[in-house]
Amino acid sequence: MIELQGLTKRYGDKTAVDHLTFTVRPGVVTGFLGPNGAGKSTTMRMMLDLDNPTAGDVRIDGKHYRDLNEPFKYIGALLDAKAIHGGRTAYNHLLCLAQSNRIPATRVAEVLETVGLSSVAQKRSKGFSLGMGQRLGIAGALLGDPEILMFDEPVNGLDPEGIHWIRNLMKDLAAQGRTVFVSSHLMSEMALTAEHLVVIGQGRLLADTSMADFIAMNSRSYVRVRTPDPERLRDALAAAQITPVVTGDGSFEIEGGDPARIGELAAKHQLTLHELSPQRASLEEAFMQLTADSVEYHAGGHLAGDPAGAVPVTDGAAPQWGAGWSGGKDSTPSTGKES
Amino acid sequence: MAAPGAVLQSEWTKIRTVRSTVWTLALAFLVTVAFSAIICAVVNSQFKTFSAEEKLTFDPTGTSFAGILLGQLALVVFGVLVIASEYSSGMIRTSLAAVPQRASFYFSKVAVAGALALVVGMATSFISFFLGQSLLGSHKASIGDPGVLRAVIGTGLYMTLLVLFCVGVATMLRSPMLGLGILMPFFFLVSPILSAVPKVKTVAKYFPDQAGRQITTVVQVGDNAAPYGPWAGFAIMAAWVVAALLGGYLILKNRDA
Repeated sequence: MIELQGLTKRYGDKTAVDHLTFTVRPGVVTGFLGPNGAGKSTTMRMMLDLDNPTAGDVRIDGKHYRDLNEPFKYIGALLDAKAIHGGRTAYNHLLCLAQSNRIPATRVAEVLETVGLSSVAQKRSKGFSLGMGQRLGIAGALLGDPEILMFDEPVNGLDPEGIHWIRNLMKDLAAQGRTVFVSSHLMSEMALTAEHLVVIGQGRLLADTSMADFIAMNSRSYVRVRTPDPERLRDALAAAQITPVVTGDGSFEIEGGDPARIGELAAKHQLTLHELSPQRASLEEAFMQLTADSVEYHAGGHLAGDPAGAVPVTDGAAPQWGAGWSGGKDSTPSTGKES
Repeated sequence: MAAPGAVLQSEWTKIRTVRSTVWTLALAFLVTVAFSAIICAVVNSQFKTFSAEEKLTFDPTGTSFAGILLGQLALVVFGVLVIASEYSSGMIRTSLAAVPQRASFYFSKVAVAGALALVVGMATSFISFFLGQSLLGSHKASIGDPGVLRAVIGTGLYMTLLVLFCVGVATMLRSPMLGLGILMPFFFLVSPILSAVPKVKTVAKYFPDQAGRQITTVVQVGDNAAPYGPWAGFAIMAAWVVAALLGGYLILKNRDA
């Protein structure tokens, strides 16, 4: 259990993290989502007492991180795959970490096996790919067999097999009753792993909810209808006081429509339908909508006319939704977008 | 608090598992011993050309440590890299996540680096002394002569303090580039040059290296003359070291990692 209470970090007059209050509960994967520069990495560094908060507090099972005796036995964290001295072998890197927390040296070989790095245990990590570095960082997080695990952008640099592996690892860890807290700027990634969602934008809490509620609250649902006879369908719908939206490809979208009712209506008018499908806006769209509101201070903003957003999320899809946010790596104390 | 023994053991593993430790310390040993030996051999062959005054103030012990002026540069690299490589690699965040009690982390690292420097420093000074004396022929000093053993042990201590000074300064600077960029020119150029400039050299005598090297000599006249004795000079250097280590600790304690 991790509890954040009014956590705030300012760099000069820039506020990177702004009064964050939420709790990370055991037994589920909690996704920590936000655009680049939203303050995710800064928050995670403050959780580990690496950075001092300007105000507020973080408690790990009721204690400050710095008061934990042998912290790796409570909480393991992957912050940055490059936070490793490249001149040390993978084995020795883990050995010095294990020794500082009085974890038996035999555990080093175990975690190397878990992350699939046994064959390069005696190699200097300088030559590792980003994916191997991530695996070594994850091995470090697992060393103390902790009840709480934190991963900052763990899929970065991993190949598809590695991404699949880390997803299952996180689910397994949560299924064992552990607290798993994972950050990402990819909603599609979160949708596949997280059950609970904490969304921040510009350092502020935007949502703290279950994944299902998040989808229900933030996405629109509609019915898509396609017919070879659009004129008659439009008349039939108009007669039933339904106003469809005609999209570019000639199909109709009926906001909040009931597919059964529309199907019956079509049957009554003996209309041929080529498609009648309930649609949900994707999580990407929901996330974008949420953060766009916060970032740009628009009220109730819809991302108008984004048909791609309605496509069900596919694995590993990297749509353009993030393009509007300031670029750069999240780990820097970024100020985010100021518009 | 993490168990102190566990953190010391961890820091020992860290220091022995990177190549820079081995090559910097080996270089410090080899360069000091080799240059000292060469200078002793040259002095022995040229001794008859020395002036009467030079002959009178000749310090065979100090001469057998002459190579330290070059060898200490490798010690500077060692002291800087011990801590600064944690910053340049980002390892510092992993290290502090493992040991969030920063005093425990820092002073364990200082202790391990200091202990290793002491061992290498003592080995260097004793071997440098005996090899140097054997090359000085009839001009040699004996380890039993007054002040000689003090100078030999003092040389080992000087090397240790130098490393600790560099650890402290590098912790304040948090970067190998800055640490080496400031400390190398200081010990190799600034301090030797200023110590040769009239008037300025009275100030330079209080620099950590100038003050600390007083203990490595036996005959404290001529070039070696100083307004303080060998142990007082050592205490001046020790004060520099304490200040540097404390400054490093305060920065580590208060800054974001």
